[in-house]
Amino acid sequence: METTSTLEKTLRLIALSLVVIFFMFPIFWIFLMSFQTNETILAIPPSVIFTPTLSNYAALITGKLTTAAGTLDIAFMRNLGNSIFLSVTSVALALVLGVPAAYAFARHKFKGSEDIAFTLLSFRFAPPLLVLLPLTQYFQWLGLSDTYFGLIWVYQLICLPLILWIVRGYFEDISADVEYAYRIAGHSWFATFRKIALPLAGPGIAAAGLLAFIFAWNNFVFALVLASADKQPVTVGALAFVTSSGIQYGQIASAIVLSVTPTLALALYAQRYLVEGLSLGAVKG
Amino acid sequence: MASTATLRKPASGFRISRKMLPYVLSLPALLVCIGILIPFITAVIYSFQRYRLSQPWARQFNWGENYLNFFTDPAFWNTLKVSLLYAGITVTLELLLGLGIALLLQRRSTVNNFISIMLLLPLMIAPALAALMWKLMTNPSFGILSYLASLIGLHDFRWASSPSTALLTVVLVDIWVYTPFIMILLLAGLRSLPTQPFEAAALDGVPRTFVFFRITLPMLTPYILTATLFRLLDSIQQFDIIYAMTQGGPGNTLTVFQVEAYLNFFQSTNVGRSAALMVILWAITYLLSNIFIKNWLRLRERARGEA
Repeated sequence: METTSTLEKTLRLIALSLVVIFFMFPIFWIFLMSFQTNETILAIPPSVIFTPTLSNYAALITGKLTTAAGTLDIAFMRNLGNSIFLSVTSVALALVLGVPAAYAFARHKFKGSEDIAFTLLSFRFAPPLLVLLPLTQYFQWLGLSDTYFGLIWVYQLICLPLILWIVRGYFEDISADVEYAYRIAGHSWFATFRKIALPLAGPGIAAAGLLAFIFAWNNFVFALVLASADKQPVTVGALAFVTSSGIQYGQIASAIVLSVTPTLALALYAQRYLVEGLSLGAVKG
Repeated sequence: MASTATLRKPASGFRISRKMLPYVLSLPALLVCIGILIPFITAVIYSFQRYRLSQPWARQFNWGENYLNFFTDPAFWNTLKVSLLYAGITVTLELLLGLGIALLLQRRSTVNNFISIMLLLPLMIAPALAALMWKLMTNPSFGILSYLASLIGLHDFRWASSPSTALLTVVLVDIWVYTPFIMILLLAGLRSLPTQPFEAAALDGVPRTFVFFRITLPMLTPYILTATLFRLLDSIQQFDIIYAMTQGGPGNTLTVFQVEAYLNFFQSTNVGRSAALMVILWAITYLLSNIFIKNWLRLRERARGEA
């Protein structure tokens, strides 16, 4: 059907290799760096041959950093804990709020339903600082500025539109006839929702939840503006490392590795749903 | 729909009228909506005020003054220029690169599928952390990229810390993070195209450049449009990468809208100017998102139809 010359094959191979190197090298290099001490990191020329050390990870996990000037406390594990807590609870709340709403939007065309759905979608595209800056003041008045609750609420801006629009698509894919049949048999709408709609949309809901988790985890600006020092997730915490004295480059690298591992693992696990999630249900993978 | 009303015979104790049900189900999500609309309105009000955190006593409405001042404010024009430049360059390069990679990976094979999954990884890394990774790689004393630059004769190439190369460096990071986004959308688009036109063209011996420009590209346009607008909307409001990499510096080289608003609010404590900047950015994104949503809906309908 097509005539692929050896020249073309070679060119394709070279192009693909360059692409893979460009996108994979930074991950590979930071991974290597996380097992190195400052001495080998600073060596010129840089080398991939070194004796790997786990000291960077040990320092982060114990939270104690021994330097020439004494011991230093690093709160990275706390950041990691915050990231886990904030992401998990935000997604859980978004599922509780979003799945019934998605069901309502999919099954009932009621007055204003499209307007509400699109308003929620527009949150995905509005500049976050527009609401975040006034929110800093509201949070102070409401006493939310030092709480997880305030952050979890604001994280709904990321999680809710995603869950609503993806899950709505899954509900729309379920034939309404199945639900009617079940209702004719005398079951309530709630039983129908729980026994028919939820299980059928289950995989979609799980995928939307995983994606919302990844986006919540990767968020930076919300926590930068609103989180107090002890509530900061890894994205903000790792950045603060760069300016803190006594931290070694290898420790920054291992902090990055620890921070990105959960999302990368989840992404690989949920990769089948990524296309759909990233396009908010517009493109199917 | 009318017949379903007669079916109402709840077996359990849940007694919510059929008419109210959708409202009850979407009410919690709606409340969160309203919670977000309040600070939005507050921001608009701030943008019409003379309001500095350092001088709370001087706070008063000055109506359009914050906006009018922008016309004669070189810092604002710099912000607008850098934002548009950043969005323009990143989206153009990512589109070309993403389309190229998608075409390379178009044929379904184990290797291609494996590579396309691998390429997703940068997209799944938090942009702020991605910027940090590149910061380590471009560090003047040990960064691998600084070393490689010196090998090709670029001694003392200062990447993000020099005004002449700062934009290039953050654009590079943006490309690294977001090209996979365009690639994965276009790849899904390419693979969903009907095969008949291509078979017919191959049968007739139509040249491949002709096939690409007359068949592939037109059929792929809705995907390209959606991916581009999606990226444009995000790119014009880029904050994470730029802030993590340079905090808008050196000087005001990279003070894009959100970075400038952030610095205005927290450093110069000029709330009024900061809010006005955000309202302008919001107006730009609102226009863009309206165009976007039209395309996105069309694509979504199509995806639903195929399901």
